[in-house]
Amino acid sequence: MGFTGPELAEIYRRMRTIRSFEEKLHELVSAGKIGGFMHLYAGQEAIAVGVCAQLTGADIVGSTHRGHGHCIAKGVDVKAMMAELFGRSTGTNRGKGGSMHIADIEKGMLGANGIVGGGIPLVTGAALTAQVLGRENVAVSFFGDGATNQGQFHESLTMAANWELPVVYVCENNGFGEFTPTDFVVPVKDIADRASSYGMRAVIADGMDFFDVYEKAGEAIELARKGEGPTLLECKTYRFYGHYVGDQTPYRNKEEAEDWIQNRDPLDIFETKASEAGVVEPDEFRRIDGEVAALLNEAVEEAEEAPLPSVAEVLTDVYVRYEG
Amino acid sequence: MSRILSTGGAINEAIAIAMRTDPTVILMGEDVAGGGDRSKDGTEEMGGVLGTTRGLVGEFGMNRVRDTPIAEMGLIGTAVGAAATGLRPIAELMFMDFLGTSLDPLLNQASKLRYMFGGKVKVPLTVRTVSGAGMQAAAQHSQSLYWITTGIPGLKTIIPSNPVDAKGLLLAAIRDDDPVIFCEPKGILNQSTEVPEGDYEIPLGKANIVREGSDVSLVAFGATVRIAMKAAKALEGAGTSAEVVDLRSLSPLDEEAILTSLEKTGRMVIIDESTPRCSIARDIAAVCVDKGFDFLQAPVKCVTAPHTPVPFSEVLEQAFLPSAQDVLDSVGQMG
Repeated sequence: MGFTGPELAEIYRRMRTIRSFEEKLHELVSAGKIGGFMHLYAGQEAIAVGVCAQLTGADIVGSTHRGHGHCIAKGVDVKAMMAELFGRSTGTNRGKGGSMHIADIEKGMLGANGIVGGGIPLVTGAALTAQVLGRENVAVSFFGDGATNQGQFHESLTMAANWELPVVYVCENNGFGEFTPTDFVVPVKDIADRASSYGMRAVIADGMDFFDVYEKAGEAIELARKGEGPTLLECKTYRFYGHYVGDQTPYRNKEEAEDWIQNRDPLDIFETKASEAGVVEPDEFRRIDGEVAALLNEAVEEAEEAPLPSVAEVLTDVYVRYEG
Repeated sequence: MSRILSTGGAINEAIAIAMRTDPTVILMGEDVAGGGDRSKDGTEEMGGVLGTTRGLVGEFGMNRVRDTPIAEMGLIGTAVGAAATGLRPIAELMFMDFLGTSLDPLLNQASKLRYMFGGKVKVPLTVRTVSGAGMQAAAQHSQSLYWITTGIPGLKTIIPSNPVDAKGLLLAAIRDDDPVIFCEPKGILNQSTEVPEGDYEIPLGKANIVREGSDVSLVAFGATVRIAMKAAKALEGAGTSAEVVDLRSLSPLDEEAILTSLEKTGRMVIIDESTPRCSIARDIAAVCVDKGFDFLQAPVKCVTAPHTPVPFSEVLEQAFLPSAQDVLDSVGQMG
């Protein structure tokens, strides 16, 4: 397996932090304590954590409307994220962005994105920066199956392939674009099939298995870093909650959902495999669960007590101020 | 007969009536059906991200109610082509912010085909789109971009302020032979009122005087009509009689109604939820100065959002949006 006990524990902690963060948000939004549109990442943790475990701090990722997992996996501060979702001045974006726009450029997190497919060209641009300036870093674009129908996907991958940019395109295929099943709107069997039209390498990973994602992402990232161009990595996964908090998923087959959630939970799969390696004490996972739960409770308490932004903040961070 | 309907319910009813009365009307967009029993496994459809089109796929089937990929450029462009060749499509652009990913077919195709082709083709397309702030949907799901579509010759832009108007204006838009952008402001979607049953149209391009007054004209549209009415009531208490003009249509613009009201009151405040530059508010202010200068007893005032993106935090979003107090302040400055 090649991991030490502490490494496996750290990977588990990241996956558990994402899961617990999303479960906490589900409670908070359902109780009306947080407003806005909220898209949860639960079920897809192995992808964000598996890919980001192969990245350095200088590498850049770009995300989607379902972006909390990528932020946490890239090391964005969980308390600042929670404060952002509460619309507080201590938030990652000082309360001005919210769930769909969390960003932390110092951590290499180029932002969640409210536009489906909107992050793909931005990340391609980050790879262009690395190439032009001769930097060592790579860029990774996370997006869903739905985004691969967007023109921005096709236009970006065409350029990245032409220019052999140091970028990896990670498609998280969770089976649904909002409420519509992927196979209803995507005319190819696998998203990976699309790469052939750009002459680009494509790989498929089991998005519920950290180890499979980690290995395949690692190969793609290494090639990108060596100047051998982009890869499209498709990760097959499932969204445990609906499209947004409040979506009761009437459009989803119940048995199928139950099978994924009960039998293919990425945290369970990870814990089983990590336990088999025999380098993590059995009670270590439960100890981490407790620490993560405590961290999130603190994050909520601190966010609730944090100051709201001053109304004058409406007018800051625009290039020039106009009086209406 | 009438019954209580929300704006969303009234829109749903207008679409159903249009589809029953004309077999060339189709509905297409992202999740307008939204899943459902395609594989006969008992699943149900969502009927759009806000549930506005729920039930339509059941009545009209998947040939006429089409879920598209999340691919706005293709979706709107295909609707333009279908409109030019015999269909009367209703295309849903989920949020008006997605104008960014769909603009070319509107800017360079739908708006220009009839003109460029010497009047030999019509584009009877309606694009329904949710506009505006107020749901903490943040910077990319909250914009009021009707100023962009209004600025494009060849497109009509309509914005209702209540469920009754939404139904009548949408029926007129669908049956109009020009491409129409039909805004559904977030601020009125859940508003409910008595709505007449049956088939009725409200003409495009005609404003509605929703409150008569003699001292100041408040010109509003969409979600700002409610703000204008609230301000008018407060002004009444202070002895000022305000007239409220609901534009209903931004293009064509009912200049006559605006100037008639200005002639009557001599004072003009325009209330617009969008940002100020190149806005509907300043466009109307220019009309007032250009064509109604002799009626003016005070400077024209524009109440708009500031020239910024829409912030997320509730306290900032509320400060961003125009309010009745902003209207009162503007009237106060007129002396």
